Amino acid sequence: MESLKLLSNVFDALLATSLVLLAWRILVHQDLFRTVVLFIAFGLLMALAWVRLDAPDIALAEAAIGAGLSGALLLVALARLQRVTASTEKRTEMTTRFTAPVVIYLIGLTALLGLLLYVVALLPTEGMGLNQALAENLDKSGVSHPVTAVLLNFRAYDTFLELAVLLAAFLGAWSLTDIRHYPAEHIEPVLQVLSHTLFPIMLMVSVYLLWVGATHPGGAFQAGSVLAAAMVLFFLSGGKLRLDFHGKLARVLLIGGVTAFLIVSLVTMLIGNDLLQFPILHAAGFIFFLEFIGMISIAAVLSALFLGCRGNVGRSS
Amino acid sequence: MSSAILYALAGAGVFVLGCYGMVVCQHLLRKILAVNFMGSGVFLVLVAFARQSQEGVPDAVPHAMVITGIVVAVSATALALVLMLKLAEETGAASLKDSDKQ
Repeated sequence: MESLKLLSNVFDALLATSLVLLAWRILVHQDLFRTVVLFIAFGLLMALAWVRLDAPDIALAEAAIGAGLSGALLLVALARLQRVTASTEKRTEMTTRFTAPVVIYLIGLTALLGLLLYVVALLPTEGMGLNQALAENLDKSGVSHPVTAVLLNFRAYDTFLELAVLLAAFLGAWSLTDIRHYPAEHIEPVLQVLSHTLFPIMLMVSVYLLWVGATHPGGAFQAGSVLAAAMVLFFLSGGKLRLDFHGKLARVLLIGGVTAFLIVSLVTMLIGNDLLQFPILHAAGFIFFLEFIGMISIAAVLSALFLGCRGNVGRSS
Repeated sequence: MSSAILYALAGAGVFVLGCYGMVVCQHLLRKILAVNFMGSGVFLVLVAFARQSQEGVPDAVPHAMVITGIVVAVSATALALVLMLKLAEETGAASLKDSDKQ
């Protein structure tokens, strides 16, 4: 098994080096479109890195959100940017003038890099972590997967605030641009067939990820992002749904996550517990309720943000 | 266990590259990507040390923090993209003009 360990170490070294090199190439490459595509590739390499670091939940989230949804957001924003600035060529001037402040900044960055590498190499590796406390309390949390237990029971307050951040980002985007779906006139037939085939499968995968998150890697964020990706596919293939996010249903879906957490917080305080401290007997039910509404809210916010970046495909705004 | 340290070092490198891009790159889209790199670098360091500190199962609390961080990063990216598009509509280009440009 020694050769296998050597091979996996070589693979890790190659992956880590290619992450740094790809990040550098992304920042210095001239063509903006290729930069965005390379960024999607960077997201996929990060998902590989998470798998190698034994973090399958993060790998699922990175592949769906970091590579998939981020890439879709960047691509439609780039297309809209080129419509707005009326530039047909995709090149951008990458004139890095090495003036005195830039050189001083580079020297400072090199010092920072040296300091960070030194600190990272010398950090103690025999830390305790919170694994012991987690293992002792896992059976009281209502689920058997540690990451889900942390996200939705032990640190449910962080997830509450995260949903609030999502809502705040949506409100910020909505105050700047119109969030409306404009069905395009001509859709490629291959894209239509693909979306008709994939949409129900993606719905099923997202509900499965939500359900399996109690015992295996998965959960509300991964499920919500797959659902958002299904909605993005729906928008891109010219779905004829009249969606302008002004209706009551859309608003209810968008605020649903934060509202559900607010209601559960009030309930837990009214029955005498601390904030968001679920009663042990009903913890699984609380977690599933929050996860379900959270998944729908996350999907609504992310697909609304996609529409916000996309704008009107027909005209130049 | 020693392979996790490689990812931590790569995370530090990606973070510094993000710092470089955020300040030095002129186009706003590159600045947004650079800020994403800063986040990704920090996540790599967090998860690498979650892997290293335990013998069998990695520590799950940093994993939950990183999942939260990824979702927050994508929502911040979306808001930043909408801001960039608004700026481009107003000024005609997606870069911040210096006040002393000739």
